[in-house]
Amino acid sequence: MQNILNFKKLFLVLSIFFLASCETTSSRLFDTSTNKSAVELRSIQARAFDTKDQNKTLRTIIATLQDLSFVIDKADMELGSVSATKLDSSNQGFGSRGYALRMTVSARPVGNRTVIRANAQFNITPVVEPKPYQDFFVALEKAMFLTAHQVE
Amino acid sequence: MNNIFRKPIAFLSILSFILTSCIETIPPEALVFNKDTLANRQLQTRKFDTKSEKELLTAASGVLQDLGFNLDESAPGVGVLVGSKNRDATDSGQVVAAIALAVLFGSNMPIDKEQKIRASLITRPSEVGKGHLLRVTFQRIVWNTQGVVSKIEPINEPLIYQEFFEKLSKSVFLEAQKI
Repeated sequence: MQNILNFKKLFLVLSIFFLASCETTSSRLFDTSTNKSAVELRSIQARAFDTKDQNKTLRTIIATLQDLSFVIDKADMELGSVSATKLDSSNQGFGSRGYALRMTVSARPVGNRTVIRANAQFNITPVVEPKPYQDFFVALEKAMFLTAHQVE
Repeated sequence: MNNIFRKPIAFLSILSFILTSCIETIPPEALVFNKDTLANRQLQTRKFDTKSEKELLTAASGVLQDLGFNLDESAPGVGVLVGSKNRDATDSGQVVAAIALAVLFGSNMPIDKEQKIRASLITRPSEVGKGHLLRVTFQRIVWNTQGVVSKIEPINEPLIYQEFFEKLSKSVFLEAQKI
């Protein structure tokens, strides 16, 4: 009787462990902990610009990323995407070894406009706050000499 | 009875506050132009009177190879060339300090051992006049003797950029003369 009880306990503990670990991987993969829907994320991370010149747009994105101290990792003219990483150790306080901010920016023509979408990760955390993206698009607006429109 | 319930809740609140405050978030200045933006742009950019962008990119990839970089990515359509290299990161000052600490206190201080240096090299047609602009940026990640990342930083020393552009000017000249 005691053995059966112990087995039940063990089974319960193990199943909780497995369920918990599945939940964690799934939630990390889909970033469900950020509590942001795809629509919300797009409104934060995407802006439309009144231009059809994809090459110039990509080159301007790359120049803006360089101005923001990023080093480019990858660029693809065909898909219109750029990935870059910023390594910085300034203003991080004593004992800090710095941070890595990785960003992917894509430019996609939609009608007479180009929709630019950015997503970033700070070390191992996804960036979902609106402010950093607002800052990025303000910097990009200056370099593009164009206004960023909210995507409907 | 109420007090018994209040205490753990207070404790949990404080604990969760401490834990959440430990989570690092993106610094507010990370995606904003700052006072160094223009200076860095000037330091890292040069104009070359080359006829074609491809000619400049070829000359630049030659310099990256001269400096021992391996090419990781190239997208000539948007003027992108990315290279990296792994090198020793031993700093004699750190070694002396580590030996002094070991002798005085018997402690084993980790010192920088290896580094990965990354370079991205971007060209674009000049908006004023002929020629092309080339901007190069370097950054590095350093690992210590315990295999832990000890530094992640941009490389902004003016002398490094001056030397790089001197080498590039020579290479562009050679490329233009087809030597």
